[in-house]
Amino acid sequence: MEKTEILVICRHPEILATIVRLINNKPEWNATGCETDEQAINAFKNISCKLVLIGAGVTPSSELHLCQAFTAHNPQVKIVQHYGGGSGLLFAEIYGALGIN
Amino acid sequence: MAQTVLHKAATRGYADHGWLKSHHTFSFANYYNPERIHFGALRVLNDDSVDGGMGFGQHPHDNMEIISIPLEGDLEHRDSMNNVAVIKNGDIQVMSAGTGIYHSEYNKDSNKAVKFLQIWVFPNKRNVKPRYDQLTLQTEDRHNKLQQVLSPNPDDAGVWIHQDAWFNLGKFDKGISTNYQIHKPGNGVYVFVLKGDLKINDQLLNTRDGYGIWDTDTFSITAETDAEFLLMEVPMEI
Repeated sequence: MEKTEILVICRHPEILATIVRLINNKPEWNATGCETDEQAINAFKNISCKLVLIGAGVTPSSELHLCQAFTAHNPQVKIVQHYGGGSGLLFAEIYGALGIN
Repeated sequence: MAQTVLHKAATRGYADHGWLKSHHTFSFANYYNPERIHFGALRVLNDDSVDGGMGFGQHPHDNMEIISIPLEGDLEHRDSMNNVAVIKNGDIQVMSAGTGIYHSEYNKDSNKAVKFLQIWVFPNKRNVKPRYDQLTLQTEDRHNKLQQVLSPNPDDAGVWIHQDAWFNLGKFDKGISTNYQIHKPGNGVYVFVLKGDLKINDQLLNTRDGYGIWDTDTFSITAETDAEFLLMEVPMEI
């Protein structure tokens, strides 16, 4: 089964690790976590990413820069802001963004 | 004309983790209903019961305004800002998770369940500095009148959050009626009945029912029996 690749950008290392772990608990998803914009842009080029989650600490200017870089590489990619920092909202955010009912 | 949405108590999501039993008004964790994601900026309304001595171990949050209202029992809070506190019925607790916070919430009593509402509101600004606050409310101030327990203003009654939201609690005797005025255009109100029967305009609500109303400036509240309830006014656009 091909896994849905999800990129997570979050400046808070422990929260990033938590989100990545929670996503990877689902067998149909694979998460890549990045703390910096540079890491995220490089990672995005190397995976067939369907969804990007913008997590804690990413400034509006960084978010704009990242969105431009991602959509230039893949205009179809979904980019959503993540809220809550844990399991509470995470799955609904992903289901909603991927159009899964 | 006012728009409304009714969520009967029995239609809420339910999770039984043994030590934790939770009814979810909106999609949360493994409960997912695309028709029930949020009511405006109100994203989570969990009606939780935690067994004696049990609780939520240390876990993170970011970018969310998290409000806890104990209904029965005592809840012990610890967080990464070195706050240690116990909240009990009559208190309200608020955390702005902002850039990131860790916390745990445990039932202080080893034998008796603690019951509380866990409410999450989307913040109006991302990545704020994390903060914690709690307040003991005077419960007699909600008898047959609305008691404001939360607002956007640090100088106003109750706790405050990073959102144009106002929460009120009421404990009305049968037959008592009042009108609620929306504070800010574009806001709606989600009514949650804690106990008893309540009418919002002509809509009858029972214990643990939820009812959202928006596109209106005002609505009436009438206690059909002795009733306790929570009003959550939030922006409808997020």
